[in-house]
Amino acid sequence: MSDPAQTAPRPRRSLLQTDAGTRRRNAAERRFRTYGAAAILTAMAALAVLMFTVFRDGASAFVQARATIPVVIAADVVDPQGNRDPAEMAKILTMSYSRLLDQALTREIARSGIQVGGLTQRDITGFLSAQARADLRRAVLADPSLVGQEIEWRMMTSSRVDAMLKGRITREMAARDARTSVAQYDLAMALRDRGVVRAGFNWRFITAPDGSDSRPEAAGLGVAILGSFYMMLIVLVLALPIGVAASIWLEEFAPKNRLTDVIEVNISNLAAVPSIVFGILGLAAFINFVGLPRSAPIVGGLVLTLMTLPTIIISTRAALKAVPPSIRDAALGVGASRMQTVFHHVLPLAMPGVLTGTILGLAQALGETAPLMLIGMVAFVTTYPSAPPQGLFDPASALPVQIYNWTQRADPAFFERASGAIIVLLAFLLAMNLIAIWLRRKFERRW
Amino acid sequence: MNQMTQAERSVQTETRDVKFECRDVQVWYGEKHALKDVGVDILDKTVTAFIGPSGCGKSTFLRCLNRMNDTIAAARVGGQMLLDGEDIYDPRVDPVQLRARVGMVFQKPNPFPKSIYDNVAYGPRIHGLAPTRADLDAVVEKSLRRAALWDDVKDRLGETGTSLSGGQQQRLCIARAIATSPEVLLMDEPCSALDPIATAQIEELIDELRDRYSVVIVTHSMQQAARVSQKTAFFHLGHLVEYASTDDIFTSPKDPRTESYITGRIG
Ligand SMILES: Nc1ncnc2c1ncn2[C@@H]1O[C@H](COP(=O)(O)OP(=O)(O)O)[C@@H](O)[C@H]1O
Ligand SMILES: [Mg+2]
Repeated sequence: MSDPAQTAPRPRRSLLQTDAGTRRRNAAERRFRTYGAAAILTAMAALAVLMFTVFRDGASAFVQARATIPVVIAADVVDPQGNRDPAEMAKILTMSYSRLLDQALTREIARSGIQVGGLTQRDITGFLSAQARADLRRAVLADPSLVGQEIEWRMMTSSRVDAMLKGRITREMAARDARTSVAQYDLAMALRDRGVVRAGFNWRFITAPDGSDSRPEAAGLGVAILGSFYMMLIVLVLALPIGVAASIWLEEFAPKNRLTDVIEVNISNLAAVPSIVFGILGLAAFINFVGLPRSAPIVGGLVLTLMTLPTIIISTRAALKAVPPSIRDAALGVGASRMQTVFHHVLPLAMPGVLTGTILGLAQALGETAPLMLIGMVAFVTTYPSAPPQGLFDPASALPVQIYNWTQRADPAFFERASGAIIVLLAFLLAMNLIAIWLRRKFERRW
Repeated sequence: MNQMTQAERSVQTETRDVKFECRDVQVWYGEKHALKDVGVDILDKTVTAFIGPSGCGKSTFLRCLNRMNDTIAAARVGGQMLLDGEDIYDPRVDPVQLRARVGMVFQKPNPFPKSIYDNVAYGPRIHGLAPTRADLDAVVEKSLRRAALWDDVKDRLGETGTSLSGGQQQRLCIARAIATSPEVLLMDEPCSALDPIATAQIEELIDELRDRYSVVIVTHSMQQAARVSQKTAFFHLGHLVEYASTDDIFTSPKDPRTESYITGRIG
């Protein structure tokens, strides 16, 4: 009864005045909010700078300058025997077709009345991509009726002419660059003004295989995208069922004892193992021991599966744990077996979490570079892998290693391609995350 | 103890059969001896109430009757529990089969996040009780009618069970439990999450269920036990203190602990 708090009442203060303690508290809260906002802003700014530089350097990879000129397929050059026999014509090498293209370009310059001082034969030959001759030869061999005709032929210009049109090489730079010249620059500008050379969307960048050091303009991501796709397929087909099965066993069936504790700890540890270690494991186990081929998507897919498993297991277990136990009781209570309980009730409710985890794991695997380099996926591959399952054993590249590979090459045109490839990779990652969000929304249920 | 068995016999002499015969039931949770020497005969077509202070082992005992304790790794059960003379803890018994015959309704309504129809149809489906769609429709309707829910939901069987009100959800759970045609219905404080009106509806329902099933209900409300049950068992600290007809328990308890509890001195 004789409570001291009651005998000495607190002096009454006006609510209209903030006391010192409250002011301090409010100030602390304001500071904290400022720190938070600053942290978010910093992160957003970093992301913006990253995006800006990538797009600034890479967007132009999706555009390519091409020249459209009439080319005479001179019979005496490509078919000296005159019998239109493809087997005979195949003996004529690409160099001869180069001559056809040089003649065509020279004729075109004369026809449009372009006057460029100091234009050498080298400027003419170097104007068009080395890929153009190869393409022309393939077209003629495929259709010998072209021999002797004049055709409107659209072909890629060399990467330097392409860079001039994109503004990456200026006239002054052309003067200093030993591989080009002011005359070539002036020619490029003149042909552009006459509409002979035009920039257009570059499908080849997405579909073509890698190009050699001397033809960056021909280099594409086709093999890398296919290789990455095959590997994602392997990861999905292996890691999803294995990961989900392991999680269900650990979460719903495993007894709680030493052994399962050890397994649990090791799965968490596995998630923290650096990816290069998985690469070494893949090299030792799958290539050296099992004898699978190097540079093959099967090996990359297996290594990435090992890497992705812990991610999937951890997120699946979290999703299973989040399903309320009352659902399990309900199912067991009407006489469902444990397996029926899991597959009819628990797993469907955990599905959004499982799928999100899987897609995030896949996205992580898609960007993984180090382990793939160890298993030889950094090789120069110019032929597409065939269709699965055989194609899984064919050599292929992968998006991230292709990016790395291109950044290592001397020609600045490859740097542009590398940035363009980063945009492609980011687009795939974005698409996967959107799918994850969509799946989450679609499967989300309340209980 | 002797008095208790006498009380049991007096009820047994009535025409009702014994459904569950339990002798010396013990339950341990790890080291903790949660249920000690419980012996009780649960009658058919009777509502049996388990009362007692919280933590005394009512739920534990209830969960022994359909072996839901099997799902708790630490739980160990001893003694003998016979359902129609067969030991339900015999190694040959599959608890899944047992649970189809001994249904359970939980404290918190726990409908599946599926349609009302699928909630009720789930049990018959997995036990293969309704081979055709028409059979299944009939079972669903019959169960919902018996759970006094049919008129509320007959036009929206496709809606999810979780969209119903709390009382309706609990009746849905009862419908789900009786859809497998169990012989015994276990209810663990089925009204504790419900408002008074829903509680009254469930109590009425329990009374109606008595003519077909043996109903065992755990309750912390002595009024509820008095209202719905014919037999009452009083548990205290893991012991079954007294088991007799509900009238006797509430009007002339034999054990001083029972008396203290029902007069509100322990609890
Ligand atoms: N899963 C469990 N693990 C360990 N101890 C438990 C578990 N369930 C209940 N107990 C213990 O067993 C005793 C009886 O619990 P319970 O049967 O739930 O009591 P009631 O339902 O009568 O309130 C309590 O002391 C409780 O702490
Ligand atoms: Mg309880």
